[in-house]
Amino acid sequence: MSPLIQDLIEKAVVVLVVFGGLLGVFSLCTLIERRVLAFMQFRLGPNRTGPQGLFQPVADGIKLFFKEEFIPAGANKLLFVLAPAVAVVTAFMSTAIVSYGGALTVPALSFLPEWLQGRVIELQIADLDVGILYLFALSSLGVYGVVMAGWASNNKYALVGGLRSSAQMFSYELALGLSWVPVILVTNSFRLPEIVAGQAGWFWNWNCFALFPAFLVYVVAGTAEANRTPFDLPEAETELVAGFHTEYSSMKFALLQMAEYVNMITISALGANMFLGGANTGLPFLPPTAAFGLVGFLAFAAKVAGFLFFFFWLRGTLPRFRYDQLMHFGWKVLVPVAACFILVVAGVVAALA
Amino acid sequence: MLPVYVPILILAVVAIGFAAFTIVASHLLGQPRPTDAKSAVYECGMPAIGTARERFPIKFYLVCMIFILLDVDAAFLYPWALIYPQLGWFGFVEMLVFMTLLGGGFAYAWKVGALDW
Repeated sequence: MSPLIQDLIEKAVVVLVVFGGLLGVFSLCTLIERRVLAFMQFRLGPNRTGPQGLFQPVADGIKLFFKEEFIPAGANKLLFVLAPAVAVVTAFMSTAIVSYGGALTVPALSFLPEWLQGRVIELQIADLDVGILYLFALSSLGVYGVVMAGWASNNKYALVGGLRSSAQMFSYELALGLSWVPVILVTNSFRLPEIVAGQAGWFWNWNCFALFPAFLVYVVAGTAEANRTPFDLPEAETELVAGFHTEYSSMKFALLQMAEYVNMITISALGANMFLGGANTGLPFLPPTAAFGLVGFLAFAAKVAGFLFFFFWLRGTLPRFRYDQLMHFGWKVLVPVAACFILVVAGVVAALA
Repeated sequence: MLPVYVPILILAVVAIGFAAFTIVASHLLGQPRPTDAKSAVYECGMPAIGTARERFPIKFYLVCMIFILLDVDAAFLYPWALIYPQLGWFGFVEMLVFMTLLGGGFAYAWKVGALDW
């Protein structure tokens, strides 16, 4: 088999595994979030469907597939149907450059074809030279799904929700983008594997310590970018019913939810890669390549799980911002802080060089 | 070597296929039978008055404009950060000038209340 075909097969399998894995993590997230919230509020949460309620996401999915879908009167049908698709496709596309914990080495087992034995499989869909720039572009595109959903619904709540949501995502995306610049300044690379490699060794080499203000801005702006509490203004149910997805039902609603969760997973994975050392365990005697690369993957997965739990925890703890507070905080605190910190880091880097 | 963008193309096909499949499948399985009451716009139990596409605050446009300005400038910061070691103090001063100009515009927008809600 020619090397090109081998590469193609490898990449196709990686894409399918990542896609399926994200779907799996998404459905687990919906369950775990409800269980965690229930635990924090002294409730039980969904625990009847299967062991510990493990089949609840499956039941929800089947239910949503068979739900009758509505398209409100006066809605722009094309945009209304297209919006969830745009949201979910952009959400999945931005996962392409995330490094899912280093590389796996296929063990040299005799029943495997020869070209597969000892092959190093990068756990990343595409290692682009423009990596972070690609992400920056796609995270801007994510707004389209929300705006289209809000506009197409012909519902005042949806329209206001969509507008608010887009303004919020714009504002916090700027802070998010600026919080990445110090990391690039330190590692001089747009490629996530290189950024991860730059944080090897002891855990105090992780960017979250040296670049703590950027990490802080990243977490806050990332929470807002994923529309999570305390920044879930778009769906502030006490004022806007459900914001831009008021009129959505059945699987189209599920796709919008899925886009939100996939965005949250991407933000977590990216935070783990850029600030928490990605596949690095933080202990030099336990390199991420140990045990066929499984150590690196597990270290990465633990960090992502920590991020996700943090998001659930926030939702269980904090009340929602008021809209004016939200915009003030984004523009008058986060953006200036992120911009000033870039100059500080640049100064330090130039002085040390 | 496989071109590096091919996997992204595969991912795009998979994602678009998934979205299309889901929407079509739920449309077929859900069997929509719309009635006037069902397809009415949700308005907390009241009949909706007029259409939703009315005037909305101009604030949103302002935020959009400021965002576009600053976001394009943020995009300039990326390549600058990438080759920063080659630039050294020269790059620092250049970026300081750039950021000062940018900050001037930002401060003006702040002062005239474009960021107030």
